[in-house]
Amino acid sequence: MPLDNPSANTRKYKLVGTRPDRQDGFDKVTGRAKFGADAVAPGQLAGSILRSPHAHARIRSIDTSKAEKLAGVKAVVTRADFPDKTAGDSGLFDILTNIMARDKALYEGHAVAAVAAVSPAVAKQALKLIKVDYEVLPHVTDVDEAMKPTAPVLHPKLFTEGLAEKPKKPSNIARRYEFGHGDVEAGFAKADIIVERSFKTEATHQGYIEPHACLANVSPDGSGELWVCTQGHFMVRDYCARLLGLEISKLRVTASEIGGGFGGKTTVFLEPVALALSRKANRPVKLVMSRDEVFKCTGPTSSASIDVKIGVTKDGLITAADATLRYQGGAFPGSPAEFGAMSAFAQYHLDNVRTIAYDVVTNRPKQAAYRAPGAPMANFAVESMIEELAHKLGMAPIDFRIKNAAREGTRSSYGPVYGPIGLLATLEEARKHPHFKAPLGPNQGRGMAAGFWFNFGGQSCVSLNIPVDGTVTISVGSPDIGGSRASMCLMTAEELGIPYEHVRAIIADTSSLGYNDVTDGSRTTFATGMACILAARDAIKKLCQRAARMWGIPEEAVTWEKGYAKPAGANAGNFPPLSLKEIAAASGGTGGPIAGHHEYSADGAGVSFATHICDVEVDPETGATRIVRYTVLQDAGKAVHPSYVEGQFQGGAVQGIGWALNEEYVYGKDGRLQNAGFLDYRIPVCSDLPMIDTKILEIPNPGHPYGVRGVGETSIVPPLAAVANAVSNAVGVRMTELPISPPRLLKALDTVSLAKAS
Amino acid sequence: MRYESPTSFKAAAELLSKEKGQAFILAGGTDLLVRMRTGFIEPDLVVDIKRIGGSREIKKTESGFKIGAAVSGAELGEHKALKKAWPGVVEAANLIGSKQVQGRCTMAGNLCNASPAADSVPALVAAGAKAVIVGPKGKRKVAVEEIPTGPGKTSLKKGEIVESIILPKRAPKSGDAYLRFIPRSEMDIAVVGVGVNVTLDAKGIVTKARVALGAVAPTVRLVPAAAKALIGTKMEDAALDKLAEACAAACSPIDDKRGTREFRIKVAGVLARRAAIIARQRAGGK
Repeated sequence: MPLDNPSANTRKYKLVGTRPDRQDGFDKVTGRAKFGADAVAPGQLAGSILRSPHAHARIRSIDTSKAEKLAGVKAVVTRADFPDKTAGDSGLFDILTNIMARDKALYEGHAVAAVAAVSPAVAKQALKLIKVDYEVLPHVTDVDEAMKPTAPVLHPKLFTEGLAEKPKKPSNIARRYEFGHGDVEAGFAKADIIVERSFKTEATHQGYIEPHACLANVSPDGSGELWVCTQGHFMVRDYCARLLGLEISKLRVTASEIGGGFGGKTTVFLEPVALALSRKANRPVKLVMSRDEVFKCTGPTSSASIDVKIGVTKDGLITAADATLRYQGGAFPGSPAEFGAMSAFAQYHLDNVRTIAYDVVTNRPKQAAYRAPGAPMANFAVESMIEELAHKLGMAPIDFRIKNAAREGTRSSYGPVYGPIGLLATLEEARKHPHFKAPLGPNQGRGMAAGFWFNFGGQSCVSLNIPVDGTVTISVGSPDIGGSRASMCLMTAEELGIPYEHVRAIIADTSSLGYNDVTDGSRTTFATGMACILAARDAIKKLCQRAARMWGIPEEAVTWEKGYAKPAGANAGNFPPLSLKEIAAASGGTGGPIAGHHEYSADGAGVSFATHICDVEVDPETGATRIVRYTVLQDAGKAVHPSYVEGQFQGGAVQGIGWALNEEYVYGKDGRLQNAGFLDYRIPVCSDLPMIDTKILEIPNPGHPYGVRGVGETSIVPPLAAVANAVSNAVGVRMTELPISPPRLLKALDTVSLAKAS
Repeated sequence: MRYESPTSFKAAAELLSKEKGQAFILAGGTDLLVRMRTGFIEPDLVVDIKRIGGSREIKKTESGFKIGAAVSGAELGEHKALKKAWPGVVEAANLIGSKQVQGRCTMAGNLCNASPAADSVPALVAAGAKAVIVGPKGKRKVAVEEIPTGPGKTSLKKGEIVESIILPKRAPKSGDAYLRFIPRSEMDIAVVGVGVNVTLDAKGIVTKARVALGAVAPTVRLVPAAAKALIGTKMEDAALDKLAEACAAACSPIDDKRGTREFRIKVAGVLARRAAIIARQRAGGK
């Protein structure tokens, strides 16, 4: 895209790169901010959902007659209220089947019916009156078990895609993917050392603090409103309209403030059900999930089983790399196996590389995106092997990584050739970092890992309005999940040349703007931010026109500089500069309101790399691991608001630490989730962690006027391996299965000491 | 649901004994309210005991301390004399929940909730604490370990309430300690808990000891063999080894989401050693 910018390297910024307070902060710390469950409508009903207690069961019949007769019940919906309007779109049909079970309940917690009633108590009572006749079927929750030919098959019409020939029988393997280049067999033939291992990781949940919630209000005239906590209200609008047969433009969706999403709020769960209940009851309906429902019924990420084989020469050059990845994504196709395969070796320069991935279905909730979906588990397997190979070679792990690191011009393992990238910069900076040289105490170990994420651009639409006092409102359609409004205001103010405090950003509803992609793929500060810059430039053009009109000179003779319109040169005339405020004040008489706008689909999202260093201390008698020190070094392209960039680095690291040490979905033999709450699903608490140290590197992305790269996701990619490597280095046992919970680590230590004793 | 807040234990016992439906006692409410909110229980009657005189008092008496049933964890932690006499009991009670929970949670509630993983209970059992029970037929006093009979089950009869917990008077050169294992650093539930209480003679030899284990059996367990391993020793390595063995032998845990059987057995011994060493230090031994 021609950006017509001064070089990102030389531009001097006045605001970009500073750390002002976020404008949504005041309302958030005082409790004024309105989240998903905070909306109220006159006459609203309380909704509640009946969910399958079985991991896998045929639903023979559903009798709602008693519930419907209960006083205070205004609507009951089941599969019968969700006719298939998906017109052959199998992805949409899966969403329809996930929000309300059809012929089978496919996991514990699968929605089977829903009720709207005058109070939550009546709604709960009504659920107890619904009789569901289940035929319980055998279930499978483990990815390797689900791939066996003897496994219970979830979908009789699911035939593996991506094979040379269509298989004769259905199975739980939805699709096979393959990426790579060169000849791995020839590469292994050149290797002096080959290491091969298998790894497993358990499913983890995004763990957002705010449960899903929405308030739906459908009018008999076919129009509707929806207030919802989501990462993408345009996505919610389009899915709901298509599933329920509404006209898209008649459904107005407003995004609430959001208490965390991390990818988990990029699809619909409650929303179509709330709309269906509201339509049937002709009253507003509010649905709010309990924590238990969040764990059982929304999307955690995949669990994975991965084999990695890497060959190296004696001098430490990788000759071939090969991996097979098996990801289960719950009851429907769509696990991020493909991203796992694409990203597994993306941080290395490889002549011979191959990754094969399988997307597998099991009787678990349908997975949803989780921060760099698919990459952390693949990175755990690969970076564990890299560490082990470095030890075998007698090379410092960081030198081994630097020697084989991808750089500008490298053909990536997933195909494209890299432009300017920051991987080597993060590795070199890590080597220089004081953390890297700090002494270790007894029972302590240090590990590191390097990681990659693609980043995304996508569709954005921004409107900018300048009222008569010269302040500015920018209306964006990307829900702010990580401080993006502050970055939008900084970039807009920078471009217009006015103070940050004069710009305010709002998240506009779906009827106010064109389509905006979901806030995901680390796209918002990059793509919607660039739309803000381009909308500001559009407004500047109009401001210059107005100044030209005020001066009575041609508009080409006006330039914009640091917040002022100025005559372009001596020929244009001798006028004192006009400030944005002065032009705005006069706007009523010079042509009316002044606005800027930009809509596009952004390309040029720069890929992002990070290197993490982690020190742990292990209690050898209990297997408990404590994180002693942790440093994130990551390329941000250009950090628009460094505090929020650091926050993204720290947040990703912490979620990765939880994944590595304690977080896991624990299933009983009955296929039911045993730990659907924060007591036994252990995300780290503050006292579990040291302050996560950060180092922002800025290798500009040529695809953005300021050089911005997305930063939100890369930070969760390396921690799993960094922690596992640190633990393995502390105790001398390689941990190949996550989480490295105390019982698992103690058992591994005992096995080794027994082996040594004998 | 009916809510009552009587001003005497006798009246509370009467309300409870007359109720035909499901009746629950509300002290701190840190277990009760969570269960109500999650729909796990639907009480017909809730009897709040916080307005009863003395229920929120810690009294130092001739024979030790009397702790009212509604005294919160935070109040225990702020009571200097109690903390000096029974640091292990107080540290155990202070581990329950979070800072916010500490403002409400009570030891009597922790005891009557009857979780095998209750943090204050192993420390109370090791301390030789007694519970004063008020019921329709009057008062009785029992050793705390006699109250929980299994997960969520107690020996209390209909209408009976724990009025207070009695901690005995301290002999000179005594100390106690409680340690638990949790995968996190706070806001968690014990995978294994160990309370150790010792009295030393002038030479530093253990003359009396009580050891109790939590989360390794259906109820908190007093382990006489573990106490025996310490008595008559200065807690040399050999004695601590025997202590660890006795504790491991006393475990009959289950495999569950919080830990495996073998993990619990091993860690019970490890924590017993560590807690014994802290108790000895607190008793003035080396």
